[in-house]
Amino acid sequence: MADEPQLKPRKSVAFAEGQTIVDGDGQITSTMQTNGEKDSAESHSKPEGDQSVDEVTAMFEGLAKKKKKKAKKEEGEGDEDGEDKIADDGEVDLSALKKKKKKKPKTTEDDFEAKLAEAGAGGDDAAAPASEEKEAAPSGVQDGDLVKGTGIWAHDDTKPINYESLLNRFFTLLHDSHPDLASSGGKSYKIPPPQCLREGNKKTIFANIAEICKRMKRTDEHVTQFLFAELGTSGSVDGSRRLVIKGRFQQKQIENVLRRYIVEYVTCKTCRSPDTELNKGENRLYFVTCNSCGSRRSVTAIKTGFSAQVGKRKRQRA
Amino acid sequence: MSIENLKTFDPFAEAGDDNSGQTSRENQSGYIHIRIQQRNGRKTLTTVQGLPKKFDQKKILKVIKKKFACNGTIVNDTEMGEVIQLQGDQRKDVQEFLVDKKEGLELDAKTIKVHGF
Repeated sequence: MADEPQLKPRKSVAFAEGQTIVDGDGQITSTMQTNGEKDSAESHSKPEGDQSVDEVTAMFEGLAKKKKKKAKKEEGEGDEDGEDKIADDGEVDLSALKKKKKKKPKTTEDDFEAKLAEAGAGGDDAAAPASEEKEAAPSGVQDGDLVKGTGIWAHDDTKPINYESLLNRFFTLLHDSHPDLASSGGKSYKIPPPQCLREGNKKTIFANIAEICKRMKRTDEHVTQFLFAELGTSGSVDGSRRLVIKGRFQQKQIENVLRRYIVEYVTCKTCRSPDTELNKGENRLYFVTCNSCGSRRSVTAIKTGFSAQVGKRKRQRA
Repeated sequence: MSIENLKTFDPFAEAGDDNSGQTSRENQSGYIHIRIQQRNGRKTLTTVQGLPKKFDQKKILKVIKKKFACNGTIVNDTEMGEVIQLQGDQRKDVQEFLVDKKEGLELDAKTIKVHGF
């Protein structure tokens, strides 16, 4: 079992064309990039579906990053994450202040603060982002704590507030009360990476399918059916609700299929929210109902399609 | 003169089923499915299902075999009609071939669905 990873790359080349394998530390990012762009399976499937897959890939980029990171190691995630977040916050607020280009690169915190101070000195804008990140607002021209409602933000203040400050307030309040709305779309949607183990030589165990299904709010059966149809194999569920798939599959391959599943059956096409429910409609059709925008669409049933005879003919006949 | 009630009509027939199952299949789905199957070891099979009737599958297969340097065969499935089966992972090649304007079939890429990992 320990040397399985070394075995994998060589064996899998046929399936994952032109891609290096994930196991090395340095290679992880490179494979991540290829994931979206020139995956052997995705890049040449029909553009419409492909686009949406890519979109989701882009949408879940944070997820993908986290996935890889988790798969690699847990450490270092926390602090970098925090940094990301700060940079993101800055982006949200400062984009409104037309300093986007300056701020966008993820700087270290000192750098960021310096720029913040600079921005504060230059204009009237520093209040919101600073209060958000540091709780210590360098005062600008239009002063006042917008959270507490003092200064210009006081209810009875008649002083005109300029647009940028208003925008700031909007984003700050939004961020405070509805963090999931303020952050960009799919960022809050994470599914754990699929865990794939090899059982013997010919079977793959998809260990955390139950957890993933729970996260996606789909039944195991549906996901299993989709996986089998897409991978063109069969399999079974073992005692501890793990899925045993016939054939050799890598985590990345399963992940691709899952991603396609998410595009097809989980995300809402209207608002892209993954918070949806799949249920059987009136006449044997499946419908996906979005919980956040209320839209409802029918999804295609999973079809297995033609599957060629693989293996010994004698055994199949018997 | 014909009496409406005496006509033989199969209520369970597929909608839009005119002459045979194959055409109705194409009408229904309209998609060309390119699938992959694992065989033993790192060997794979690629199947192309649902090519439009106007093409001669044999000729297509011949061109494909030459072009992708692989062997292949046409399987006559009872449900799916004629399916081209190719040795190896030819999904990408086949897809490109089907879409190719110059020396391919000039099909719409939207009608092609590539399955597999």
